[in-house]
Amino acid sequence: MTAFLQYLGQSTRISFTKLGRASYFLLQILAGVLSLLARPRLLLKQLYSVGVLSFLIITISGLFVGMVLSLQGYYTLSDFGAEETLGVMVAASLVRELGPVVSGLLFAGRAGSALTAEIGLMKATEQLSGMEMMAVDPIKRIVTPRFVAGLISMPLLAALFSAVGIIGGQMVGCGLLGVDDGAFWSQMQAGIDFRDDILNGVIKSLVFGFVSSWIALFEGYDAIPTSEGVSRATTRTVVNSAFSILGLDFILTALMFGEH
Amino acid sequence: MQHTSTQDTFVGLFVASGIIGLFFLAMQVSNLSSFVSEDSYTITARFENSGGLKIKSPVSAAGVKIGRVTAINFDPKTFESVVKMSINSKYNALPDDTTASIFTAGLLGEQYVNLDAGGSDTPLKNDGTIEITQSAIILEKALGQFLFKSAEEKK
Repeated sequence: MTAFLQYLGQSTRISFTKLGRASYFLLQILAGVLSLLARPRLLLKQLYSVGVLSFLIITISGLFVGMVLSLQGYYTLSDFGAEETLGVMVAASLVRELGPVVSGLLFAGRAGSALTAEIGLMKATEQLSGMEMMAVDPIKRIVTPRFVAGLISMPLLAALFSAVGIIGGQMVGCGLLGVDDGAFWSQMQAGIDFRDDILNGVIKSLVFGFVSSWIALFEGYDAIPTSEGVSRATTRTVVNSAFSILGLDFILTALMFGEH
Repeated sequence: MQHTSTQDTFVGLFVASGIIGLFFLAMQVSNLSSFVSEDSYTITARFENSGGLKIKSPVSAAGVKIGRVTAINFDPKTFESVVKMSINSKYNALPDDTTASIFTAGLLGEQYVNLDAGGSDTPLKNDGTIEITQSAIILEKALGQFLFKSAEEKK
């Protein structure tokens, strides 16, 4: 009994300590943002590895998600004779939910795990302490550019996901299923609001980019510097990012779309 | 050096395509394009009951959309619903005896304000008021009246 209580207390303390370290780490990252402006090349390199390399998976997934949405929506909507509203259905579900959430999950899997493994290995091979030895701040030099790159890439990737998905939905809906092209677009334009739907989707994707980059970088920086430790940290990145994205999505949706 | 410059090109392409995606969402998917740079003027109509009319509901005349509802308020003195509408300035020749009525698009569709032009020569001005209005038809009310009537006839 005492052993159990001890275990409980210890694990609670450990997780709070970790949260504290993560918050301190975030402050350190944010403190380095200004000095990043002096070295834009570091940021550009990370934009390539975080954003450009995620481009293909995001666009292809977006295309298929939009096509499936259109197909599924058509079968349900045609029962009510409301096939013309297919455009609103596809666009609203992509712009509000699926765009930010699915691209956030893909981003965590594609870019987040790579970030954790990279930084964890740098730590394991003592590159980070080597930098400190040379009076180079590894957070400013290594971590902050990756964080800012994630923050910039995520909204762009989510917008691409939604745009490609809507085009895929249009191809299937109008090309394959015979929904009227004009009705598809006009119903969509009448039903989607720029501020309420699209800007809120962009805000969501910014939040997801912030959180998943933070988790990925912290797990890498905090990893036990062995090959096993790095592999565990990578797993934790994907699991924790997925949890936080889905949980935050619920909170953000309740806040943003609540008053209607 | 060659390598970094191709990398730069890819980053540029990526950022550009992301921005194009956002632009596509804003212009093609949302209703932003119908808002941009259109001058409008405001008119007010008082309804006994504005039913399910919402802010941003369309205002149309002869079936053509000419504006949007911008505010719906309850007047605590006259117990009426005060509906403010913003009308595109292109259509500034509506006569001041125009009738406003609330219709439903289709059986289950959304409600909108329909303006029927009158025969007067003086046009409605900015912040003008429409005097003749017809309230929304409340389905439950109409059904209730109909049932009540048919029960009366049976007696």
